[in-house]
Formats: sequence, structure tokens, C-alpha cells
Amino acid sequence: MEMPQPNPDVLARKQAVLTRLLQVLPEDAVIHDPSETRAYECDALTAYRCPPMLAVLPSSTQEVSDVLRICHDEGVPVVPRGSGTSLAGGALPTADCVILGVARMNDVLETDYDNRFIRVQTGRTNLSVTGAVEEEDFFYAPDPSSQLACAIAGNIAMNSGGAHCLKYGVTTNNLLGVTMVMMDGSVVEIGGAHLDSGGLDLLGVICGSEGQLGVVTEATLRILRKPEGARPVLMGFDDNEVAGQCVSDIIKSGILPVAIEFMDTLCIKACENFAHAGYPDCHALLIVEVEGSDAEIDYQLSKIVEIAKRHNPVELRESQSAEESAKIWLGRKSAFGAMGQMNDYMCLDGTIPVSALPQVLRCIGELSEDYGLPVGNVFHAGDGNMHPLILFDANKPGDLEKCEAFGADILKLCVDVGGCLTGEHGVGIEKRDLMSHQYSAADLEAQMAVKDVFDPQWLLNPAKVFPLDVSQARRMAAE
Amino acid sequence: MRPETETELAEIVAGLQGPVRIAGGGTRGVDGPGAVLNVDGLRGISLYEPGALTLVAQAGTPVAEIDAALEAEGQQLAFEPVDYRALLGNSGEPTIGGVVAANISGPRRVQAGACRDFLLGVRYVDGQGQVVKNGGRVMKNVTGYDLVKLMAGSWGTLGVLTEVSLKVLPKPEAVVTLGVPVAHATGAVEVLSAALRSPYEVSGAAFAPETGQALLRIEGFADSVAYRVGRLQDVLSGFGEVAVVEDSDATWRAIRDVTPFAGKEGDVWRISVKPSDAPEITARLEANKLLLDWGGGLIWALVDEGTDVRARLGGFQGHASIVRAKPETVQALGRFQPEPAPVAALSQGLRQRFDPKALFNPGLMG
Repeated sequence: MEMPQPNPDVLARKQAVLTRLLQVLPEDAVIHDPSETRAYECDALTAYRCPPMLAVLPSSTQEVSDVLRICHDEGVPVVPRGSGTSLAGGALPTADCVILGVARMNDVLETDYDNRFIRVQTGRTNLSVTGAVEEEDFFYAPDPSSQLACAIAGNIAMNSGGAHCLKYGVTTNNLLGVTMVMMDGSVVEIGGAHLDSGGLDLLGVICGSEGQLGVVTEATLRILRKPEGARPVLMGFDDNEVAGQCVSDIIKSGILPVAIEFMDTLCIKACENFAHAGYPDCHALLIVEVEGSDAEIDYQLSKIVEIAKRHNPVELRESQSAEESAKIWLGRKSAFGAMGQMNDYMCLDGTIPVSALPQVLRCIGELSEDYGLPVGNVFHAGDGNMHPLILFDANKPGDLEKCEAFGADILKLCVDVGGCLTGEHGVGIEKRDLMSHQYSAADLEAQMAVKDVFDPQWLLNPAKVFPLDVSQARRMAAE
Repeated sequence: MRPETETELAEIVAGLQGPVRIAGGGTRGVDGPGAVLNVDGLRGISLYEPGALTLVAQAGTPVAEIDAALEAEGQQLAFEPVDYRALLGNSGEPTIGGVVAANISGPRRVQAGACRDFLLGVRYVDGQGQVVKNGGRVMKNVTGYDLVKLMAGSWGTLGVLTEVSLKVLPKPEAVVTLGVPVAHATGAVEVLSAALRSPYEVSGAAFAPETGQALLRIEGFADSVAYRVGRLQDVLSGFGEVAVVEDSDATWRAIRDVTPFAGKEGDVWRISVKPSDAPEITARLEANKLLLDWGGGLIWALVDEGTDVRARLGGFQGHASIVRAKPETVQALGRFQPEPAPVAALSQGLRQRFDPKALFNPGLMG
């Protein structure tokens, strides 16, 4: 993965920048020793690493503002970082950058059940937002798999999703307002506890902008009352196409499950060997979960089972107890770990129209043979968000490159059938160079125009989202 | 100007010599330049997959045509687009492009989300006549910046929409409306908040003072509705007798379209607030007529012609916009809530980049 050359002028001024940062931050919030900055050299896309020039850990919006004002003055690129769990390299440093980590900003600022929101500092982890409102039986809906570790700051940057977004939406649908520090250090308040924007929907474009428009330090999030209960049904089919048809029929019937998860043969086997969840030996497995009171769940599951039966399932298991529900989910939730035991893997994140599922799975199978790399598919089937996991051997020369080329082919396929490159992980550096496959020059120009307005010097989170050649003129002009 | 294809529209925009008012059905009360760019020639549903909950339509497609197609499959636009015709006293044909451009959402917004939350993708022509697409037709998509949200509610000032793709939802099998007697906005918001913080999925929460009732809507499968209605009656029993209100559909259509204000003299304002602030805000408004929706978070106010509602409100969290008033009032006060300077600078910057010649609905949003 190509990254721009570090700016030698910036590198030469490291000491001066450090001195200025130490004037506005406590000593323990500024990391400059190369042995310590190394801790920030990568995020969860560990194949790419680059230690930053400096890292800072501010504790308040004011400190973030001071840091950004200094970096803006000095022309130093800034890479914002939540918990560093990005799978797309969204927080990959450049050698001449300052990493701005928000991890120390994790306070709950306000909880308001009558108005159904919580305001937090964005270094707070996703799961601990729910933790803060659980005593009143509320929860924060977006639930990315990394929710134990990932920060709200990163969720907002990547517009993170999760398994339950078919019903509850993704981050952007649950974000009401932000306090954001602009690259020049000025602080803006956008949105709040009220609904919708009175002007242009700036909140909508900030969410998912991968930390390139500003550093969000505080967020107002919608919280919801927990449903009375939830229960899954597991079904196995001998044919991907039939499983896909079953999903479509369930949705058409008027039921809106909270989650519809799909796994293919390789994943089913891996998960079963790993977690012993009692999964059947079949081609396609669906886990469908519904919510409500016991009676409501019974009713919805009975309709779902009735639909499934029309498609001749090889297995149909309605959970009868909390233990059984946990067991059904256990396999799915350990999918990544199970695949990781088999080999190194690369996790993709394209989305396709649900109707294209059989065709796409067939093509992925053919590509898998061509490349000689096995692939397992886990899939949020209700919304078409695929997670093909390509197995490779990181220690085998050439395997990573082969895997990346295979991954790129799969993502292009997603685009070609009417879908997109990334459903919930973000573009980062990983899919940056594929953007031109999905978007025309004019499409990318429109997105970059937004960046021009928010960060005219192009200092925030450099070299992400846009192909380097497409953004080159702007980055050069800024230097 | 009435193009029938996106290409034609792009050519027209590229050749524009002066500003235009962009119109779909022209039902949203937008004034502006005499030259009108009509988008209602771009018409038709280009894709509808009920099993994927997705619909793609040309921007000029009548909302009625989309409603009919969805109805046939037992689905709907869950954000309940408001029909302004009665309120504004006009008779155009509302288009889906107009709904999206205005980010118009009805009572279900409080539970299901706004128009912008259901918008999956857009195609539009920018101020230089270039066709731009963003988003797509799939529900989960974080590929690049989300210009889809930015276009929703931009009232045509960033570009002329040519195509929109939307997430649709099943239409509920059964609907019940509950009424709880309340004397004033304070009591109403207490009832609505108590219902909205319950786990019983209330999909409408409104208060029309003249009815003396806080209204709650419960939707879904019949058995489930019956169960949740029962539970809510228990939860709310402390507030007074909880009665079933007849004719749910008409009740919520009237709230959606603000029909109690139709034909009544005066200006109509729409104010978005934190729900618990609603009682105090409504007191400050001194309105001739009020309607509260979204659990109190949306206030509709009928006031004397020319009233500067923002001056009456002073500082508050939220925004107040004019929906119906004489052009000179809109001119003097501005249709939309003025933004704080740093935010206004961002909005202005975006408009300048998307529409550098200020061709589209100039001045409408500031």
C-alpha cells in the first residue's frame, strides 16, 4: 500500500512542534520517544505499520483545540484515533503526523431518559455507552463486533454498523449531535437533543467522514428502551440460493427481524469445530432473531418457521431457552476467531443487493479456485452486508498480495452487481484505491469539495478515503 | 424548463445564465426566481425489490405513484412524508424529489427515523451541470463521504436531484391509537415521554390542545398491538383514563399534514426542540394555535401574520423555520433558523462549492 512521502520540513521541526505541544498539554499526554510512539504504528489492519512523529492524548475539548491550532499553524498532519480498532487502516499514521488519541476522554456528560439521549466524550467505548444506561433498561443500538473496545469517536468517523442494524440503523441514524474541533482549532456545535437539522445536514456528512473533517470530542447519542426479550431461530439449507430466497420471503412477509445472519459451508464447519454450537452440516445457515414480549416472539418465530419450511430446510431449530439462544449465537460470534485458528485471514466488508446473493457467492467460489485461497462467508443477510474471510499465510511470500488482489476482485464484484465497497468498516487506506471503481471523477470531486471546505489544507487524516492520484493536486497545494 | 431525462437536465443547468427556482410538484411553498426548473418530467420507479426493502425512483415521480406501488406489496415509506397541500392551500402533485429535498418526515419520525434515515442513494446535477451520484441502493454503505444525508434537506441549494433510492418497510397489519386526557403541554409531554421510554414501540406521540388528549399510536401485528396497548394502558393509568381513539388513520393523517391549521389565517412555524423543553417554548410562543408531535420535539405554531417567532423564543436549543407566511415575512425573517457563524461558514462554503454560480434557489437557506 503506497503512502505519501513524509514532508521533510515537518520532520525537521519535530522538536519545535513538541515544545509547543508541551506548552498546552501535561507531559504525560505527549508521546515523543520512538519506543513509545511505536504503540500507535497501526490499527487493527496490522499488515500496515508506520510509527507517527508524535502522539498526544488530550483530556478535554479545549486541549484538542489547542493541539489542532498548533498543528494547523505548523502545517503538521493529524491522524485522529479512537481505540485503534479500524479494520480498514482508518487510523494508520504517516511518519510526519501527530496521532491525536481521544482515549482519555471517556466521561458520560449527561443522561436524559425522558428525552432519550446520552451525551458522552467520544473516547468512551461503544459497549460502555450501553453500560451507562443499562440500569434504566436502555441501550445504545449500533453494535459493531468490536464494541467492547471500539470508541464512539471511531464509530462516528466510520459510521459503524453491527448485526442489529436492520431494525435499528447504523451510527448515523443514532447520532443526534456533536461537538467538533476543526483543524484550525475552532470548536463547532452541530445538532443536539432535538431532531433533524435546521439547515444543511452537516451532522450527516460528518458521520462517516473518517476523521477527515474535524475531531469529534463529544457526541449526543439516541438511546432506546431495551425490548422485553429476543430469541433466535436457526435454519440450515443445502443451497445458498434457497437460503437467499428464504431471507427475501421473510422480509416480504412483513416481519422485520432485528438480525438475519448467514454463514456458508466453510464458516459453518470452522465455527462448529471451534465453538461446538451444534450447527448442522449444510451449505447455508441462517440465524434469524426477533424481539418483543414472549408472545410476540412466539408469533413472529412461528411465521418465520412456516416460511422456512416452504424451502425444505435440513435443520430448523427454534431456541427454547436462554442457553440455547446463547449457543446458537456462540458459533456466529466466534466466526472470526474460528477462521483465525485455521490461518491468517483478511476480512472484507462489501455490500450487495440481497437478490444478488447466490450469484455473488458463486463468483466468489470461482475466484477462490482461481486464486487458490479458501474463503468463508459470514453475512448480515437482511441488509446485504457481506464479510468474506479470505484465508492466507502471512509468512508465505506473495500470499498477502495475492489475498489483497482476490479481495479487490470480490469488492469490485460487489460494486458491479449494484452494491458497494464497504458496508460498515470504512474505506481507510484499505479500499482507497478501489474508490474509482465505484465512483466517477465527478463523484469523487464532490466528496473532496466537502473536505476542501472543512479542512482546506488537507491536514486531517491524510492519504485515506481518496485514491492518492486523485487527491494529489490538493495535497501538494496544501504543503 | 422541463427536462425529461437526467442528461437533458444536466445540459440545461450547464447552459443556465441566471438563477432558477427548482420545482417538483411545487407544493412546499418555495418562492424564488421567476425562472423555474421543473423536475416533474423525470418520472418513474426504476427499481422496486420488496424482498430487499428497496425502491429507486426518478426525482419527479409523484409520491402517490410510489405509495400505490408500495401498497400493492404491503409496504410503505415509514417516515410518513407530510402532504403540505391543505396547509399551504395549493394543488400540485407532491414528488419524491421534493420530499427528499425538504427532508420531510411525519409522526413516525420519532420512532422510525426521518426521510434522511431512509435515503440510501442520490443522483443529482450540481451547479456546473455535472451529474454526481452518492450512496447507492443498499442499506449498509459507508463508501466515501455521505453526501446522501447532505442532499436530504438541502432544498435544492446544492444540486438538482434526479434520482433517489429509498429503504422501505412493511406496512403494519394493525394500528391502535390511545388518548390520555391532559390539560396542557406540560402534562402532555409527561404522558408522551412515559410512553416513549417504555419498551412498547410507540410510533406516534402527539398533542393537539383543542382535543385535550395526548395521542399515542401503536402499530404491528394484531396480537402484538393488543398486547402493547394493554401494557401501555397500565403504564399510563396514573395519568387518567386511557381510551382507544377511533379512526387512527384519519387522526394521524391530520397530525401529519397539520390540517387543524389549514385555512386558518396567520403564519405557520415549525419548531424542533428537545421534547422536555416544549412546554416552556410553547409558553414563550404565545401562539394562536399549537400542535405538538414527536413526543413534544416538534411544535407547529400558528401565529399572527408577520410575527418574528425567533425573537419571541430568544435563545433555545433547536431551530424554528417558517412553513407558511407572506413572501415579505419570509424575506425579512428568513425561512430557516440562522446558524451560528462558524456553522454558517461551513454551510456557505458547501453551497459555494456545489453551486458556485448560485443558480439554485439562491437565498432560500441563507
